[in-house]
Amino acid sequence: MSAMAILVDLFAGRRDAAALAPREWDGVIGVARAEAMLATLAHRLAEVDVPEPVALLLADQRRAAEVATGQALWEAEMARRALAPERIEFVLLKGTAYAAAGLSCAAGRQIGDLDILVGKHDLARTENALLKAGWEWVKSDPYDDAYYRAHMHELPPLIHGGRDRMIDVHHTILPRTHRKTPDPLAMLADAVPAPDGFAVLCPTDMACHCAAHLLADGDLQGGLRNLWDFHCLASDFAVADPGFWGKLDGRADQHGLRSEVRRAARLARDLLGTLLPSGWDAHDPTDRWFHRRLLARDDWGRSSDFLLQQAFYIRSHWLRMPPAMLARHLWTKWHKRR
Amino acid sequence: MIDRRYRAAPKEALRVEPLGELTAIFDRRSVQTHLVVSPIPEILAAMGEKPCDAATLAARLAADFEVEAEGDVRAIVAERLRELADLGLVAPA
Amino acid sequence: MRHGTRIAVGPVQFRVGSDWAKPIAALDRLYADYPQHEDRPADATVRLFAARPWRRWLRPSVHIGGDYVVPDALPLPLSMGLLAAEMGMNLQVALGWRRHLLLHASAVAKNGRAVIMSGASGSGKSTLAALLGEGGWRLMGDEFTLIAPASGEAFAFPRAVSLKNQAIAELAGRVDPARLGPLLAGTPKGDIRHLIPRADAIETMHEPVRPALLLFPRFGGEAAVVPMGEGEAFVRLTEASTNYIALGEAGFGALTRLVRTVPAFAIAYPDSASGIALVEDLWAEAAR
Repeated sequence: MSAMAILVDLFAGRRDAAALAPREWDGVIGVARAEAMLATLAHRLAEVDVPEPVALLLADQRRAAEVATGQALWEAEMARRALAPERIEFVLLKGTAYAAAGLSCAAGRQIGDLDILVGKHDLARTENALLKAGWEWVKSDPYDDAYYRAHMHELPPLIHGGRDRMIDVHHTILPRTHRKTPDPLAMLADAVPAPDGFAVLCPTDMACHCAAHLLADGDLQGGLRNLWDFHCLASDFAVADPGFWGKLDGRADQHGLRSEVRRAARLARDLLGTLLPSGWDAHDPTDRWFHRRLLARDDWGRSSDFLLQQAFYIRSHWLRMPPAMLARHLWTKWHKRR
Repeated sequence: MIDRRYRAAPKEALRVEPLGELTAIFDRRSVQTHLVVSPIPEILAAMGEKPCDAATLAARLAADFEVEAEGDVRAIVAERLRELADLGLVAPA
Repeated sequence: MRHGTRIAVGPVQFRVGSDWAKPIAALDRLYADYPQHEDRPADATVRLFAARPWRRWLRPSVHIGGDYVVPDALPLPLSMGLLAAEMGMNLQVALGWRRHLLLHASAVAKNGRAVIMSGASGSGKSTLAALLGEGGWRLMGDEFTLIAPASGEAFAFPRAVSLKNQAIAELAGRVDPARLGPLLAGTPKGDIRHLIPRADAIETMHEPVRPALLLFPRFGGEAAVVPMGEGEAFVRLTEASTNYIALGEAGFGALTRLVRTVPAFAIAYPDSASGIALVEDLWAEAAR
């Protein structure tokens, strides 16, 4: 059994961690690191009796993740201090939002950049306020910069010189060239408060965004972490609100994300054991390509299945851009590398 | 120039360790270490829990350390407060 | 991967995989006398790989990978596979280890107390530690010293010492040739030859010691000793640590305690003999 398959089984609770052989642990630890999920696994297995060296390593990971989460939340706080005087309201997205809201998927979750959503009308003021508060442009070439501004769903990334952390300011959750155009105004309007006074997306929007991020906004590299997010979010929200799945359907339709949300739910069910309501419990033969892509890593942590990766890379670009524009973009990218 | 008011970090947020001529301040909220020299530790210590501005602080420091509160001291304190706000150690009130 | 081995150095269990047999054979020879724990899962993974399948044979060049990678790291020729393995192992520890505060420093110990020597490459910290480790000292490591946040104790990381350039001749004449690895000439870091630590260093590698002296050596110039304040030692050690920030308050606590409880000196020395003499003098003072 491959290490990725074991990892997924451990997350799903289908396999007893205490019964793993030493060589199986090698692979599991390796692929969990490669998926940036070792600390998440450490939390999942916190109560399980594992061999002592593994227990020590997992305890290290939990402690380190706690530090990293603190750093990520501090970035949100500093963004608030920068934007509050300008009365700019923003909503936290992705990892920082999960941590601020105390959601179960935040336990051990690696958080990269700070992602925030602001109204499009506030974009220029947000940019100015951040620049004034010590963020600066990451050095990029004019093509990339123009590309971001014209077609992407976020400002070109800004970095804070003193803290060396990046912020991505989004005004919608998918690139403007994407065939799907979710409704960012509805997301902003229905955002909900999190304990420390931050705003986060409401449960259905959070699940929609998570599914879009997993399936419509990338080449599925590192997708297992996003899928775990979706599993935790949907499972917890469904426990808190029995009507959640029905509401999620409606909201996904509103954002034009029905197929993404449905597929994310099926993948989460197939790999992580998410319990779905009867109307959602369908099967789609194309899902197996996604299974393969999500698990495409060998026991040494290396990405495997090269052709499938390329297929998903091109697919992710195709999803984001109309074909003529894609050709131009790939051409420019290729030309620059020479 | 307007004299802005700032609020100090809550006491339990900071761990302050004097190390000879330097003072190491660990901010538990930001998980950052700040290495500072006088008068930064004195300014932080003088701020108390209520928001205060540079003039108030300069007066407190003047009383504690027998320096003139007007002119230079007040300007220096205002400048240091802005730097401390950039570091997140104090926040505009 | 096609070839692989497992190595435990101090608290870190590695698994090293390789597209070629040669680097693994060389590692196995250097680490033959280190304890083996077949049942222990690996904390860290190192991969030595060919960028394209045919590059296993055609102008073979070794890329360094693993849990952590440096994106633009240049590959090394297969003849330097052992160096690639060493760099890969260092990289995983430097970027991945979280149990201890990691100091880029060499260390030697005597009577349960340690001298920790921190400096950039070229400072001679490695050579000094190797030479002391051939005398009345236990070699703890030439590259990393680990500080336990809870106790403040130092733990050893006695990998095979990486002797560079002139240090090769200084040590080669003094030790059993069986303890030396192959000469790797003309690497990006100059000539390199590995030295297997003495058996006592390997046997005692899990025994913690109390830090007693912090030195910041600089090779070259007149012999000199300058006491260093707590603040400066703190700053220098944060710069010498790859995981200080990641440890959060635990790292802060460990480092403030270290610089407060252990005397620190910057030392300069013109040659190894005077360097050793300085260390022994300062030790005699500190041990009093």
